[in-house]
Amino acid sequence: MTMKKLGTFCKAHKAVTVYAILVLLIVLVAVFAKVIAPYSPTEASLRDAFQPPSAAHKFGTDFMGRDLFSRIIYGTRASLSSALILVAAAMVIGGLLGIIAGFAGGVVDAVIMRVCDTMLSFPDLILAIAIAGILGPSFVNAIIAILAVSWTKYARLARSMVLKIKQRDYIAAARTTGSRARHILFTYMVPNALPTLLTTAVLDIGTTILGISGLSFLGFGIQPPTPEWGYMLSEGRSYMQTYPWLMIFPGLAIFITVVAFNLLGDSVRDVLDPGKARKHKKKKRKLNKA
Amino acid sequence: MLTRKIAKRLLQMVIVLICISFLTFLLTYLAPGDPASAMYEAAGILPTEEQLETARLAMGLDKPFAVQYGSWVLGILHGDLGTSFSKNLPVGTIIGQRLLPTLKMALLSLAIMLVISIPLGVLSAVKRDGVWDYIIRFLSFFGISMPGFWLGLLLMYVVCVKLRLLPAVSSSSGFKQMLLPAITLAIAMASKYTRQVRASVLEELSQDYVVGGKARGLKYPRILWRHVFKNSLLPLITLLGISFGSLLGGTSIVEIVFSYPGLGNLAVQSVTARDYPLIQGIVLWVAFIYMIVNLVVDLTYDLVDPRIREAR
Repeated sequence: MTMKKLGTFCKAHKAVTVYAILVLLIVLVAVFAKVIAPYSPTEASLRDAFQPPSAAHKFGTDFMGRDLFSRIIYGTRASLSSALILVAAAMVIGGLLGIIAGFAGGVVDAVIMRVCDTMLSFPDLILAIAIAGILGPSFVNAIIAILAVSWTKYARLARSMVLKIKQRDYIAAARTTGSRARHILFTYMVPNALPTLLTTAVLDIGTTILGISGLSFLGFGIQPPTPEWGYMLSEGRSYMQTYPWLMIFPGLAIFITVVAFNLLGDSVRDVLDPGKARKHKKKKRKLNKA
Repeated sequence: MLTRKIAKRLLQMVIVLICISFLTFLLTYLAPGDPASAMYEAAGILPTEEQLETARLAMGLDKPFAVQYGSWVLGILHGDLGTSFSKNLPVGTIIGQRLLPTLKMALLSLAIMLVISIPLGVLSAVKRDGVWDYIIRFLSFFGISMPGFWLGLLLMYVVCVKLRLLPAVSSSSGFKQMLLPAITLAIAMASKYTRQVRASVLEELSQDYVVGGKARGLKYPRILWRHVFKNSLLPLITLLGISFGSLLGGTSIVEIVFSYPGLGNLAVQSVTARDYPLIQGIVLWVAFIYMIVNLVVDLTYDLVDPRIREAR
């Protein structure tokens, strides 16, 4: 995308632009954590434990005397990286399986869909908790646990989209002219399903951050001493009566990040919504003529 | 017609249940280490090699996978979910103790949620694009982005620590002890429901019968509550069913925050203790009850809305 095109896009979609910048800021915090954080996130100094928020320690210090502000800044890394990896993996795995199920039909379809049904018959985080707990608590296992459940949404979505276009004339034409299944899959099916899958993925990031921090809060996610918001909250919980900042600030960090991603997700959906997208195209055509 | 549909759904359910049981059994196979040492670990004993060997034989770990799975399923069909490693009690009994508290919490939180979201949703729809609509939409957006455990902790801090209005440790014994976790769960759900109520009331308001009612000179509140509201409740039934089923599975995070003795709390305990039979039992039960509730909801939906029934 050239700069000029980007400029036109931003002018046409102010909401997306503003929220994308907001999300970008959070990403930058994660990338430049080392520059922003005034202290090391893991260096303990028991003499400085439980200091209230002050000029030296903006958010105070925790039970090991670690600077809470620095830990929250570094915590951005864990939450963002895990959420992005998870959503991307769920979209690719679920999307592909769904497309294959819809395209192949028959036994393949039945097997993939029954597995989906099975995963969907577990409410809330219960399956993720069981998987993460049994595999042993770690960053990777938490991701596997949530992924085991979250791919199903994309699979169902992709399958339904494939079923919609499967009967179209151009697919029949491609078949009659001897296109291979793989060719049809990657030139017609995947590009067709992609916009919807992407919108769902962006909308999903906020929820995923909540899920991961929830698992970590229970102790089944990212392990200490790596700073992670959910785990910090559960540590802060024990000292709530006397040192409330230990649970207020990590929660606030989760909340702000999830709000930012949800705002972006909602605005992206509004753009890709067919009705509105058409309006946008018309506007674009006018701009091109001028 | 309805019987055929029920039969079809039941058959589907059986297939999924078989998959669920297989998956549940597979969970312990994925686990690092073997169940025999996990059993001693959960009971807090350091076993000798001999003890381990005996336990392995007793648990049938030397037999092939299919045989182990088969005897496990047979046990379940006879109502035997096994014995918990950490509590040394039948898994069924332990789960049974948690059912009533979990059911109470589910009902109370759903009730509070409806009290919040129905008036807000209707108000938001009726005053569309007005100040109240914006305020309510704003609040429900933030409600969706709120981590449940943080909300719980904040409520606990304000209500229990600062104001000293309610006890911080909850239990299922009384309304007061259940209030805070129920409110936390209710607020978390209310955002979604407020949006849903708003959307379906708006949809109904645009129907012809509203214009007809006005033309016949009916008073607006009568149209709203007697006709529009009644019709817009239908889509809520499905959503309520899903929430109810999911609440019956326990809500681990909120239960842990308030130390509430529900199923979710038990699930976390069993996972932490690596109590495999208990984990299997809970996972199996939760999936089962969730499926049943969803089935019942689907069927009542057919009964409640004549349009759906006749369409078939």
